[in-house]
Amino acid sequence: MSLLTFILIMFLGAFAAGFIGSLSGLGGGIIIIPLLSVFLGVDMHYAIGTALVAVIATSSGSASAYVREGITNMRLGMFLEIATTIGAVVGALISTNAPTSLLAIIFGATLIFSSLNSIRKKEDHLILPEQGSTLAKKLKLAGNYPTASGEKVHYSMTNILGGFSMMGVAGMMSGLLGIGSGAFKVIAMDTIMKVPFKVSTTTSNFMMGVTAIASSVIYIQKGYIEPSICMPVIIGVLIGSMVGAKVLMKANTKKLKLFFAVLIFIIALNMIYNGITGKI
Amino acid sequence: MSTTKFTDNQLQSIIGNVLRYGVLSALTVTLLGGIILLAKDSQQVVSFSTFVEKDQNLFVVFKTILQGIKDWNGESIIFLGILLLFLTPALRLLLSLFSFILEKDAMYVVITLIVIAVIILSVSFGFSH
Repeated sequence: MSLLTFILIMFLGAFAAGFIGSLSGLGGGIIIIPLLSVFLGVDMHYAIGTALVAVIATSSGSASAYVREGITNMRLGMFLEIATTIGAVVGALISTNAPTSLLAIIFGATLIFSSLNSIRKKEDHLILPEQGSTLAKKLKLAGNYPTASGEKVHYSMTNILGGFSMMGVAGMMSGLLGIGSGAFKVIAMDTIMKVPFKVSTTTSNFMMGVTAIASSVIYIQKGYIEPSICMPVIIGVLIGSMVGAKVLMKANTKKLKLFFAVLIFIIALNMIYNGITGKI
Repeated sequence: MSTTKFTDNQLQSIIGNVLRYGVLSALTVTLLGGIILLAKDSQQVVSFSTFVEKDQNLFVVFKTILQGIKDWNGESIIFLGILLLFLTPALRLLLSLFSFILEKDAMYVVITLIVIAVIILSVSFGFSH
């Protein structure tokens, strides 16, 4: 395949990945990997490196808006980044030593988990500042965020250590597979720590960049980052996710989400099958 | 308390801008590198079906990239764009450190330093010795 054809196909594929990632709420990075490895025959390691670059691009792009709106809890993000960066380094080290077929199987399982999580009905929590746990008070994690009408909602959280450990797992999956691990972060913050939904999604996004540089340093030195693949992918994913976000505001997301969850489920099974039979 | 709030809001706006312009400049450089790459080698045959593992020290990677930029090598310029993208969250981390120092929040200065230390340590984990 000539470089020009390759780059054009990559660009279109990355556009689709960004679009689907934004509509399904799964993120572009996690869809880049099957696209590159299953459909375009790119080695899994390059796919992982490219996905990580895409994750940093999309998360930094959207985090810039949330931070300015004052929804992101920067103390919470910084504290949990201790867990995610350590996890990411461990994950990246495992990734550089693991056989490709094993990575494909783990990735397929993560993809199934993430797609099921995207269609699960989530419960929004609000823990009032005085109800927060002692550790939350010690770490000054309580915060507030503005609603659409301009009111401030004050909140705190609980079970900090449980959430911290789950974040370590999220970081490890991120370092292992080059993904943002949004699904794991949501479980840590929403389900375990009971952080309000609005704060957890923006803070999780805010953390992705720093988590990703911990593993990217290892990826760069191992040769995972291939400029010719990354270039069309960064641009395609960013444009695709912007278009996806626009469509998201107009379309019936319930049906779309279900459709993409089924599609991703099939792709994931395909990756696991390929991993077991040694084709990847 | 009111002064802390003020710096907090200011900081949020600065961090928001760093993230935005960081991504924008990274994209511009990447696109430029892509154009140069395509102008020179668009018909070159490529295949990425097998992974070639490298064991390069980060500083060797930087040196190679700088050398390539001097020769207007498209791949090296794209790599510079990717590095700028990685630097965006790193810069954000340093800004948070300064703001916690300004706020005299010793606990969060330590927390931020731990995160920075983990990232610096990962440089030495990256390649086999």
